[in-house]
Amino acid sequence: MAPEPAPDREEHHAPSREEVVLERIEAFRRRRPKLKDDFINSAHGAGGKASAALIDAVFVEAFRNDTLEAMTDGAVVALPSGDRVAFSTDGFVVKPLRFPGGSIGHLAIHGTVNDLAMMGAVPKWISAAFVIEDGFPIAELHQIVADMREAAVHAGVEVVTGDTKVVNKGAADGVYITTAGMGTVPAGVELSASKVEPGDKVLVSGKIGDHGVAVMIARGDLALEADIPSDTAPLNELVEKLLAAAPNTRFLRDPTRGGVATVCNELARASEVAVVLQESALPIRGIVNGACEILGIDPLYVANEGKLVAVVPADEADSALAAMRAHPFGADAAVIGEIRDEPPGIVILNTGFGGNRIVDMLVGDPLPRIC
Amino acid sequence: MKFVDEYRDPAAARVAIDQIEALAGDRHLKFMEVCGGHTHTIYKHGIENVLPESVELVHGPGCPVCVIPMGRVDDAIAVAEEPGVIFTSFGDMMRVPGGHGNLLEAKARGADVRMVYSPLDALRIAEVNPDKQVVFFAVGFETTAPSTAVTLLKARERDVTNFSVFCNHVTIVPPLKAILESPDLRLDGFLGPGHVSTVIGNRPYRFVPGVYGKPLVTAGFEPLDILQAIVMLLRQINEGRCEVENQYTRAVVDQGNPRALAILGQVFELRPHFEWRGLGFISQSALKLRDDFAAFDAELRFQVPGVRVADPKACQCGEVLKGVIKPWECKVFGTACTPETPIGTCMVSSEGACAAYYNYGRFTRSTTIPVRAAEPVG
Repeated sequence: MAPEPAPDREEHHAPSREEVVLERIEAFRRRRPKLKDDFINSAHGAGGKASAALIDAVFVEAFRNDTLEAMTDGAVVALPSGDRVAFSTDGFVVKPLRFPGGSIGHLAIHGTVNDLAMMGAVPKWISAAFVIEDGFPIAELHQIVADMREAAVHAGVEVVTGDTKVVNKGAADGVYITTAGMGTVPAGVELSASKVEPGDKVLVSGKIGDHGVAVMIARGDLALEADIPSDTAPLNELVEKLLAAAPNTRFLRDPTRGGVATVCNELARASEVAVVLQESALPIRGIVNGACEILGIDPLYVANEGKLVAVVPADEADSALAAMRAHPFGADAAVIGEIRDEPPGIVILNTGFGGNRIVDMLVGDPLPRIC
Repeated sequence: MKFVDEYRDPAAARVAIDQIEALAGDRHLKFMEVCGGHTHTIYKHGIENVLPESVELVHGPGCPVCVIPMGRVDDAIAVAEEPGVIFTSFGDMMRVPGGHGNLLEAKARGADVRMVYSPLDALRIAEVNPDKQVVFFAVGFETTAPSTAVTLLKARERDVTNFSVFCNHVTIVPPLKAILESPDLRLDGFLGPGHVSTVIGNRPYRFVPGVYGKPLVTAGFEPLDILQAIVMLLRQINEGRCEVENQYTRAVVDQGNPRALAILGQVFELRPHFEWRGLGFISQSALKLRDDFAAFDAELRFQVPGVRVADPKACQCGEVLKGVIKPWECKVFGTACTPETPIGTCMVSSEGACAAYYNYGRFTRSTTIPVRAAEPVG
């Protein structure tokens, strides 16, 4: 609609003071966030800028190696035989332990299975470590573990090792679960942000924001009632179908904490490209949109536990979309945007209204402890 | 979304934008949106990028978080760190820096600070924790003050003795006057605050055209509301009128909400003066609890330091709030002052002019990538 500015005029146009300031800010912003805090606060666990700063300054600094520095959902390591194995771990502290659509048990399996699947791996084996608060009802533990078994059977993985610790009452909130998982990476599968190119399409496998909103409402301190179940689901089979239909898929990531916006920002920075999203194309339940509007949060930043964001070459977008839509966990899949070369490192949303805006990394933590 | 999507319709927006372009002609007009809710809408939907260059929006002082001075934040932290206190606050206030850090940091140090979405949630926390003192950090204009008032009435009715309010409610008219009195002001009209007006109505703004000769149109919070209000302002100017008009007729009536006003009068009285971030002390610009409710006044129940902290020198929030400079013109904008390390309050709340500009804007019209609104991506 808006006429494109004539290129020759653009070239001769001296940058305004505002542009100079904005350019300086962009340069400043592209630097990795720095850790300035003396104490941990909830924002360090939110998956946004504060998390990135903490991980950089504390963990990457200490453990520095090429595999870790790829900063992906899991590590892909090569065995002496040449076969590749994906390896991933995740901690679960969701409150409440049970919410519409699932429980911490489902999350503990799905979270790790999905992290492996996003590396293109076939998840096989899971470990589970439990930190349990003194006085926790064993009947409830039975239920959580039954949910884990159900999720594992569904995902086709086995829980093959584990650990149990009990801490004093008050030292944990019920039960915390940490799972790790391993899977094999089929020959030829290589997914990486560095493979993403301008012109590629960005897809999401279904409605976004369900999990975060479901858990917040289940917690009951918002005086909001709505029938929104969590989307928690294993994505390994969906990934298998997707990779079969779109073999040149560049990049996969499950938009958990920090949501689709955070995945797109990480991608934009890692690959030095612009991710341009179309607001009107985003699949969001009306009820989730309504809850977010009331709570003053943006569904783009709300966590999902059964969705993936995929970047595929433009000529494979249709088949990727069709393959996902043919699977129950991808029925509402949609093309939500595309990769462009300018402006690098930035995520832009073309608003349904006809304007546009930046979608930046999240600051602070609007929805704590949702996974 | 029902009852919302129709106010975000791109085709209707195009019509309104064409109207604005035609009405504005080749002048350059500056309108201030008084309310932070408008600022948020403007950036969230990218309205600045679709407006013609002839119309510039200046972001006003109506972000309740942005106007709280640092000393009051320090007072809040002091109360929050008292033993046995559960301190409840709206989420936005938790990251506002005082002279000694913010509430989130106090929470990390061990204070029991909880985010609530409503003062009634805070009252409920008090009722289920009878052995704790529960304090609500009340901020906001006439929009949120009635809910604090209702909560206080309920607290008294239910005899909840462990609940109190740290009151920082402010009123919209005095800062508006302060801005209009500012010698460096160059504005051609105002978008009036819709939410505040649902309570106080449109009459209190009559001095804006009457005394200062500027038109004011009370506007709603959806993108089309804002565009329509701009059209109404331009029409007033072109027709030589200067009055208070109401675009937000689906929510605002001229006389306001008499019941809410009555409750406000029952619970609150005006403070002789109150310090505004960046604007300094403004007389009769804030509310305090009436003597009848003294038992619920956190400032009486706890020792609050009450130390005034000067705004950081580098921070130009005051000039941003008055619309004298744009956020990007501030010396520390985007470098020393960012949403994760805000120096000024305008950078904290998503309704603050600086944070909104930093998070959503950051494109000038000429650097905006060309986007074709209806372009399919599939």
